[in-house]
Amino acid sequence: MAEDNKKLLEVKDLAVSFFTPAGEVKAVNGISYSLGYNEVMGVVGESGSGKSVEAYAIMGLLQSPGRVIGGSITFEGRDVLAFNEEERRQFRGNECSMIFQNPMTCLNPVYTIGNQLMEALTCHDSGISKDEARNRAIEMLEKVGINNASKRVDQYPHEFSGGMRQRAMIAMALITRPKLLIADEPTTALDVTIQAQILELMKELQEKENTSIIFITHNLGVVAEICDKVSVMYAGNIIEQGDVNDIFYSPQHPYTKGLLASMPRLDAEGHERLIPIEGTPIDLLNPPAGCNFGPRCAECMKVCTRMKPPYAEMENGHRSACWLHFMGNKGKEDE
Amino acid sequence: MGIYILKRVGAAILTMLLIITITFFLMNAIPGSPFLTEKSTPQMIELANQKYGLDKPLIIQLKNYIVSYLKGDLGTSLKMQEGTSVNDILFHQGKFQLSIKLGVAALVLAIAVGIPLGCIAAYRRGTWIDGLLRVVTTVGVAIPTFVLATTLLILLAVKLGWLSTISGSLEDAKSYVMPVISLSFYYMCYIAKLMRTSMLDAINQDYIRTARAKGVKTKWIVLKHALRNSLIPVITYLGPVTAGIITGSFVVESTFAIPGLGKYFVQSVLNRDYPIIMATTAVLSAMVIGMNLVVDIAYKIVDPRISLSAKED
Repeated sequence: MAEDNKKLLEVKDLAVSFFTPAGEVKAVNGISYSLGYNEVMGVVGESGSGKSVEAYAIMGLLQSPGRVIGGSITFEGRDVLAFNEEERRQFRGNECSMIFQNPMTCLNPVYTIGNQLMEALTCHDSGISKDEARNRAIEMLEKVGINNASKRVDQYPHEFSGGMRQRAMIAMALITRPKLLIADEPTTALDVTIQAQILELMKELQEKENTSIIFITHNLGVVAEICDKVSVMYAGNIIEQGDVNDIFYSPQHPYTKGLLASMPRLDAEGHERLIPIEGTPIDLLNPPAGCNFGPRCAECMKVCTRMKPPYAEMENGHRSACWLHFMGNKGKEDE
Repeated sequence: MGIYILKRVGAAILTMLLIITITFFLMNAIPGSPFLTEKSTPQMIELANQKYGLDKPLIIQLKNYIVSYLKGDLGTSLKMQEGTSVNDILFHQGKFQLSIKLGVAALVLAIAVGIPLGCIAAYRRGTWIDGLLRVVTTVGVAIPTFVLATTLLILLAVKLGWLSTISGSLEDAKSYVMPVISLSFYYMCYIAKLMRTSMLDAINQDYIRTARAKGVKTKWIVLKHALRNSLIPVITYLGPVTAGIITGSFVVESTFAIPGLGKYFVQSVLNRDYPIIMATTAVLSAMVIGMNLVVDIAYKIVDPRISLSAKED
């Protein structure tokens, strides 16, 4: 799938800060990755790791006091951060769409589903007729598996269940045939059975429409299900990224290992205990001088408390930011 | 919907009965008599009482009011226009019409200015515009109407001489200016404040983020997505206010010498003109009740989630 060398999206050293009265919060602190056409990338991390903020930066949805303070975002060779307001508006929803975590609150309660779907079309193409937009909306609702779509299109969000609403959100995001879909925890607020259906649907649509997806989640199971490659984020940095198989079968960073160890497995022998990652994420107002994960890392060395670890490059684009890769066992002997 | 309205009308009739009863007893608890003057002797008062049935037991008097109201007869004035039917006084002498003209103009101004101001303040929150509007609206809510009305009067009519001090029967556009501004300013500021709060709440909702993510123009995000969702508190407020505002304001009508209903109502209380007190109270409460019904139906139009039938049980 990822054979195509042409890049759809390239993010370089992106940094986003929130300027709060208490000080600057470095929510995203220099992340880089690229995404090809028709590729699905998972962004994994716990709450507050900056995964949503990074997505908002791409969409230009950051709200004051949040601001991109460095780096670049390139979409098909165009500099997204240099867009003026109108260019950004045309980009949003047309070339790059987004779906959100809570489908219960993400649809406007006072307009019909059809109205909101049609709006996604008409706000980018004023020439489209009302009938055509309506037909496209019905067609799209059918595509996302909503039965009786020609009747459902005139219903209000409160007449839809949670899973149905998320389907409608997906329909709304994909109705303009965007090249990139950013899915910000789209299944988190749903029942497990509905989660599986939504994932299945997204996979199916991705294959049919050739949309690239950035899939933001804290659920590693979801990542394994749908993604080609994975970026693991911690405290505003990507600490490990690589092919989905590499991340799952040979995780290199202690945090990734910890995440995998804390996940329940069906093939576990006997009553294996889950191993939590001790401690809490760092305070982004006062990040440590060294590795952000250092304070929670079981293998923390002296160097980890002093300097940020660089990436260690491995085969197949797999890389991990940890001093362990550079020190071997030497660092530990130091202590 | 039909059943709902029927039930509401039933409840309204009960409420009206209650209001009439309470007003009746309150009115009779005030000492004095419509026929009491420096010259009147006890005999004259007794005769007049007999003539108008005021010598009968209170409960019979109340019954008489209710029975005649059911027939659509609001009684006869005892003092202010002795012998004239109250129906004529209220509806055929132009008083009510005058108050309605003034009230509707003030209401339209308050809504047409208050809602956009609230939206602007919310959308530009934290900027100097928001700050300025906050000061203006706070002052507007705090300032008593008579202060504003007399200030306008002194400034525009007396000092500058642009407008007449007497607005009278509002025959030309100029005579509307001061009474309408005085009457609407408070409501305008209050609506702007309400609107700002509920608009701020609305623009932080997830569906606004969705709309932005879709690429909807900012103008439409505010006008289409946020406005409709933030109208409910304003509508709630507007219901009773509309009823109050179009039945006349004593202060504004007195200040600008407008012979409207508001002024007449207060005079009727001072004169103990019982049938007029009773009738104006009944008309006013009927309007408040009616407006509340209109508000509930407006909710349903603005927000499809609100189910009127659910309220039936």
